[in-house]
Amino acid sequence: MSTQPLSQFETTKETTEETTKQKDVMRVESLTYTYPGAPKPSLHAIDLPIRRNKITALIGPSGCGKSTLLRAMNRIHDLYPGNHYEGRILLATPEGREMEDILEIKKENDLIRLRQRVGMIFQKPTPFPMTIFENVAYGLKLSGMKNKSDIEERVVTALQGSAIWKETKDRLHESAMGLSGGQQQRLCIARAVALKPEVLLFDEPTSALDPISTGAIEELIAELKKEVSIAIVTHNMQQASRLSDYTAFMYIGDLIEYNKTSKIFLNPDQKLTEDYITGRFG
Amino acid sequence: MNRLMLNKLILALSTASAVIGIGFLLWILTTLVVKGISSTHLSTFTHDLVDGGIRNLIVGQFTMALLATIIAVPLGLMAGIYLREYSQSPKLSATLRNLSDVMMSAPSIVIGVFVYALFVDPFGGYNGWAGSIALAIMMVPIIIGTTDNMLALVPQELREAGIALGGSKHKIILQIVLRAAKVGITTGILLSFARIIGETAPLLFTSANNQFFTMDMSGQFPSLTVSIYNLATYPDAASQDLAWAASFILTVIVLIINLGGRYLTRHKH
Repeated sequence: MSTQPLSQFETTKETTEETTKQKDVMRVESLTYTYPGAPKPSLHAIDLPIRRNKITALIGPSGCGKSTLLRAMNRIHDLYPGNHYEGRILLATPEGREMEDILEIKKENDLIRLRQRVGMIFQKPTPFPMTIFENVAYGLKLSGMKNKSDIEERVVTALQGSAIWKETKDRLHESAMGLSGGQQQRLCIARAVALKPEVLLFDEPTSALDPISTGAIEELIAELKKEVSIAIVTHNMQQASRLSDYTAFMYIGDLIEYNKTSKIFLNPDQKLTEDYITGRFG
Repeated sequence: MNRLMLNKLILALSTASAVIGIGFLLWILTTLVVKGISSTHLSTFTHDLVDGGIRNLIVGQFTMALLATIIAVPLGLMAGIYLREYSQSPKLSATLRNLSDVMMSAPSIVIGVFVYALFVDPFGGYNGWAGSIALAIMMVPIIIGTTDNMLALVPQELREAGIALGGSKHKIILQIVLRAAKVGITTGILLSFARIIGETAPLLFTSANNQFFTMDMSGQFPSLTVSIYNLATYPDAASQDLAWAASFILTVIVLIINLGGRYLTRHKH
């Protein structure tokens, strides 16, 4: 790909010792994406950085492509063959000095490794039909962890870190299907966190939950950004403004505006963004 | 005729049809229970057909049905998984689904003839293996259908969640999707077992029947249903009584398996 990245998102390799890590953990560059069999692309030349240890919100009306963009970032689209990517999605290497293009990944094993580094939480809670403990241990076992006490330690830490330890510590070996919707969603977050990912993608994680569970999840997400960089798709404008540091507004497959959340919500550059934020459409 | 009259007429007609339908069913069941119980003795279960019991027949019927299950379950499961999880071509899957449905409604006697031509005639005579194969052929499309339908009920998000955690497709199917559909698939297998355990036509000229106790499947093999078919047409009262007893016991067996299946579905968690 010879596409030139937009200069405003460009970060050159830092040379000083203290700031060897790139400030973007992920960078989408000129991404055009077409669904299998679709005549036209659903995303048009999107440029978007995901800042390290920040929360980036993707907002926009239904069908604007925000979920499509999110689902490109861990290449879960590839579950359904026949789709087409153009452009680059750069992901910082674990050491953080360089970036690699995840769209270059061909082998299934490398895709699996990518998904361990870039986790995803879905709209509906998706607990596996197994016990609470096994749910969190499952991803660890998939990643090749064998040692039982190591797994146990990681499971407990993940449950504690996902604010669900108190509710589950006495019923770790009961089925996860017995938890409430909000608890199930926190369990799914714990499951993703257990893998110690570099990026977590949230696809409308609270739209199926009641306000109290939503509050708990939002608190958790705000807490998680100390450890991991976060991108979140949301329909809820208050959620985007409460939670995120940066906001991207999308409309029919185009990224209209990206900036600090305060700027987007208080003084957007684009008329379209302002109309959406103020509820004039969408 | 005004609409109130019409309403009453239709009500009367449909009530009458219901009463006639249920009446016949009750009649059959009562006769079966009354004649069956009076003809069933302890010796019915302890003696083989040659001595006026059905011990060898029950063992034979179950042996063939279990072997059929062992053949049909992996085939049906894998075909169902292919159809729902792997097939990329909607046309091909639609064709395969239709074929499987046609197979499900194929007359069982036709399956019997087919197996006769392939596994009885060339091997020099009736044998238990052929009986099992005929039953397995009946079972496969039922299991394909249930597996396909039960997998369709597993939400797509569950597969995506597994993939997003770093699973490969086959691991997610085996460890998560199948587990989520386990109860439905097990019930389907149980019901298909109940369906084939009472089949006569596919066994008539494949396993045929045997009066003696045997576990040798390369020869004629004892069958409960074929025996009922034979015994019921004999003129002597003893044979006919045994046919009633066998029918009664077969009905009870099928009923128990069916109830077991329903119980499983109701108590999913």
